[in-house]
Amino acid sequence: MATGVKTRIKLPDTAGAGDVITIKTQITHQMETGHRLDSAGVPLPRSIIHRLHCTFDGETVVDVDLRPGISTNPFFEFDAQVTRSGVFQFAWHDDDGAVYTAAKAISVT
Amino acid sequence: MTLNRRSVLAGGAATLAAPAVLAQGHGRSRVVVIGGGAGGATAARYIAKDSDGGIAVTLVEPSRTYATCFFSNLYLGGFKTLRDITHSYGPLAAAGVNVVHDWAIGVDRAARTVTLAGGATLPYDKLILSPGIDFVEGSVPGWDISAQNAMPHAYKAGSQTELLKAQVDAMPEGGVFAMVAPPNPYRCPPGPYERVSMVAHVLRDRNPTAKIVIADPKPKFSKMALFEEGWARHYPGMIDWVGEDFGGGNVSVDPAAMTLDIDGDLLEVDVCNVIPAMKAGRIADIAGVTEGNWAPVNAVDMSSKADPDIYVLGDASQQGDMPKSGFSANSQAKVCANAVRAALIGSTQFPARYANTCWSLIDAEDGVKVGATYEPTAEKIARVDGFISQVGETDELRRATYEESEGWYSGITGDMFGT
Repeated sequence: MATGVKTRIKLPDTAGAGDVITIKTQITHQMETGHRLDSAGVPLPRSIIHRLHCTFDGETVVDVDLRPGISTNPFFEFDAQVTRSGVFQFAWHDDDGAVYTAAKAISVT
Repeated sequence: MTLNRRSVLAGGAATLAAPAVLAQGHGRSRVVVIGGGAGGATAARYIAKDSDGGIAVTLVEPSRTYATCFFSNLYLGGFKTLRDITHSYGPLAAAGVNVVHDWAIGVDRAARTVTLAGGATLPYDKLILSPGIDFVEGSVPGWDISAQNAMPHAYKAGSQTELLKAQVDAMPEGGVFAMVAPPNPYRCPPGPYERVSMVAHVLRDRNPTAKIVIADPKPKFSKMALFEEGWARHYPGMIDWVGEDFGGGNVSVDPAAMTLDIDGDLLEVDVCNVIPAMKAGRIADIAGVTEGNWAPVNAVDMSSKADPDIYVLGDASQQGDMPKSGFSANSQAKVCANAVRAALIGSTQFPARYANTCWSLIDAEDGVKVGATYEPTAEKIARVDGFISQVGETDELRRATYEESEGWYSGITGDMFGT
């Protein structure tokens, strides 16, 4: 079970139609690989965020498979071209079934 | 006086090295050291000790006692008392260093004199500046030195550190501790993050629903993987680090309202530790040996690039790859002391070797370290090789690392003050 999970997103509040904007996302997560031992020598169970799905008004922007090699607190930065106002939604899928979400609207003029 | 090999050699050396000095009408070479921290105290002590009375050493330091910045986070965490990290200049005076408690306010490089706030003028043959850091004005909008009681920096150890500890102890249940971390380069690269660990250690026991927010202008920081692993392990969910990518560098504070604005998000905080951008201590600027915020030095002996009779040690110097730390300043001071003695009394000058280690405590007995050795090149002090603690180390190794840091602390303070 992941503890202390926090999501963070950054994208502009406004943009011009056709602009390419930069989106940054991060989730605070230990991303335990399942291959490490704790200080008593017992294997630490795998616990990772295995999927990041970003949509814009329901349409997929990026859909990422994450593997155990991804480091702690996965950070993604990507660009998107915006043609109209709408809402970017983000969903991080945890091994334990939890889905962490965040959303931010952008106003396009 | 009996004539023997030793006295003939000593007399010969004095004749070779001293004519310019003798022409000024005094017998001994004079070294003035400004700043009694890890750089200045070490340099003063080594020059006095190893010149056997051949060099008159004056140390100018405004404080009567010295609280070390290193280990001051352990005081915040409750692992040390302020008394444990506070040292007297008495042993240095007893060892022959002329300790003057005053502020140096002027340097006349042509006349080779230092002016003190009390009115005295000190002549020197070699001047060693080890003034530590001052803050860059305006680097955190809304904060200046008049706000340091509401939002302490606690980056010069002593009353500021005591104040910060009192504020942490007085935080309301579930309150917010905020830190504005400094941009590179600054004193003690892992220091802000060790501080957060120590505050978290106190809050976990006394105020477990409290939160810690760090606004950081940097995209990453010293020992980041080690701290993040330790924070997740010891203080899950308590610490929120906002780096450059999420606007951690776009901050302003309102000390009257006790608010912190991080990239447009206004946060009410109970304690706000503002660590501004840093520059060389002011006397380096007054002496005219700085370029930008720091004082460039030659890597072979820490002499200023602006004046061969001035040396700059520790945090104030711009030397290359070494981090700004007490260990670095102490290491640089020994190279400088050797070079100053060679220049003034003709003693042997050995090739410069530098070393540094920075230990940090994450929780009780969970110590980590990073360190390296260095050598001078034509351009800078260059890193040769280094080491760093790894994530997932055993509790035994972490405990041993912490114990090593305690041994280092008693070693370096003994080396600085001759205790």
